[in-house]
Amino acid sequence: MAARPDVGKVRLAVATAHRREWAYVLAATVRVATDIDLAEECVQDAYVAALDAWTRDGVPDNPAAWLTTTARRKALDAHRRDRTLRAKLPLLVEPDTTEPPDGATTDAVIPDDRLRLVFTCCHPALAREAQVALTLRLVCGLTTSEIAQAFLVAEPTMAARVTRAKKKITAARITYRVPEEHEWPDRLDAVLTVVHLLFTTGHTAPSGDQLVRPDLVGRAIDLARMLLVLMPDEREVRGLLALLLVTDARRDTRTDAQGRMLLLEEQDRSRWDRAAIEEGSALVVDALRGGRPGRFALQAAIAALHAEAASYAETDWPQVLQLYDRLVRAWPSPVVELNRAVAVAMVRGPERALSEVQALEREGRLAGYRYLPATKGYLLRQLGRDTEAGAAYQAALDLTDNEAEREFLAGRLRDSTA
Amino acid sequence: MAQYVVLIYEDQAGWASATPEEYQRGMAAHGRFRDQAAALGGKVVGGEALQPTTTATSIRDDVVTDGPFVETKEALGGFYLIEADDLDQALAIAKLTPAPYGGVEVRPVMVFE
Repeated sequence: MAARPDVGKVRLAVATAHRREWAYVLAATVRVATDIDLAEECVQDAYVAALDAWTRDGVPDNPAAWLTTTARRKALDAHRRDRTLRAKLPLLVEPDTTEPPDGATTDAVIPDDRLRLVFTCCHPALAREAQVALTLRLVCGLTTSEIAQAFLVAEPTMAARVTRAKKKITAARITYRVPEEHEWPDRLDAVLTVVHLLFTTGHTAPSGDQLVRPDLVGRAIDLARMLLVLMPDEREVRGLLALLLVTDARRDTRTDAQGRMLLLEEQDRSRWDRAAIEEGSALVVDALRGGRPGRFALQAAIAALHAEAASYAETDWPQVLQLYDRLVRAWPSPVVELNRAVAVAMVRGPERALSEVQALEREGRLAGYRYLPATKGYLLRQLGRDTEAGAAYQAALDLTDNEAEREFLAGRLRDSTA
Repeated sequence: MAQYVVLIYEDQAGWASATPEEYQRGMAAHGRFRDQAAALGGKVVGGEALQPTTTATSIRDDVVTDGPFVETKEALGGFYLIEADDLDQALAIAKLTPAPYGGVEVRPVMVFE
């Protein structure tokens, strides 16, 4: 008989299986449970049971299969216990033709099951914030309290948001399925947007005293990796993963030892994560190939050019600008135009860039967006117009709640008025 | 199959000031709607067009007042009751619902057990 496994190791194995396999196990269990709430409960129970069973019998070779079998058995038991309840359960799951519903002993699950889960969570009939919350809850297996913490909202608020979304899924009959071909472009874009939003929320937390929330960033990258496994032919999925990897490669250098934010040109490039940059750059090459590239591929290409440059000055700015021009066409957005202005400054000078930023400001679509006055301040400083730069930095300062960003802007303001 | 109501909200001035050709086009679109819904696998169970909100009378706490319950630029002008397999099919049908001067809202019908 094998020695009793160490409790610490078992805990780690359960935690790893939770992070890596939750979506797989839940998706496979929904088929049997036919109801997302019941499936969630059974999967939760299976993870709890794993702690005891694996301590007693050792960690199985295939933890996901063990968890799936256990969760499915619990779902079947629940159905047997209460057949009348079952009759009242909403039919959320399309009839399963590939597998008998008593498949508790079948470990095989087609990857589509996780895709169904993702597309259901990101259904366009749900509000964006509900899509994000549901994705974290159902695809990543985060608790409501963890999600609430990640977005710095009160737990009851987040619980209400999740409950409301689940009620709508049931009441309005949002079917648990992968979209049809003609719906694909819109629906995929919603999924990618949710993952990107998770990443950006983690990358620059909208409030709080930390610039980066590594938990969210890690989840977003895990999700993007999973999507690429499930949809290897979708170039925008590749572009998204590349964008996240290359952007996150700079994580450790975005603040100094005191937690103050540093500009791209001030960051220590020798500390950028080369492995992540190489992986991302390779993905960019594929994402750009064949047909017109999408917005994530283009953003990734821009990020990769920055990541590969030996210094800020040596960056291939003309090519960055060219990519921005394509991005503006692929994805017309005032935020993209604002970012493009920085490249314009490098290629055609700050004067020209400033006039484009001022034009954006007059349009008013970016009112309240803190990076507009910050960019304006940066350009005015370059032109030696310090008084105006100070006013712009003050305006930016008034619009941000992130401590690291506030600190940074306050520093710029002091420099301008010195 | 589940039932949904497609509520049509439009700027009433749109229909009121439509040219005869525009009016004809709008009516013809409504005429085709039933077949289009069927082609998508759904069914139009019922529906009505409503007289403009200038003809509405509202009652709140037994007090009768002239006008609609809520004053909005785009007012409820009609509805369809449809049947569909799920929300995606209902939305596909709703996208074809003619509403040249506004848009539509889709609401699932409540089922009491």
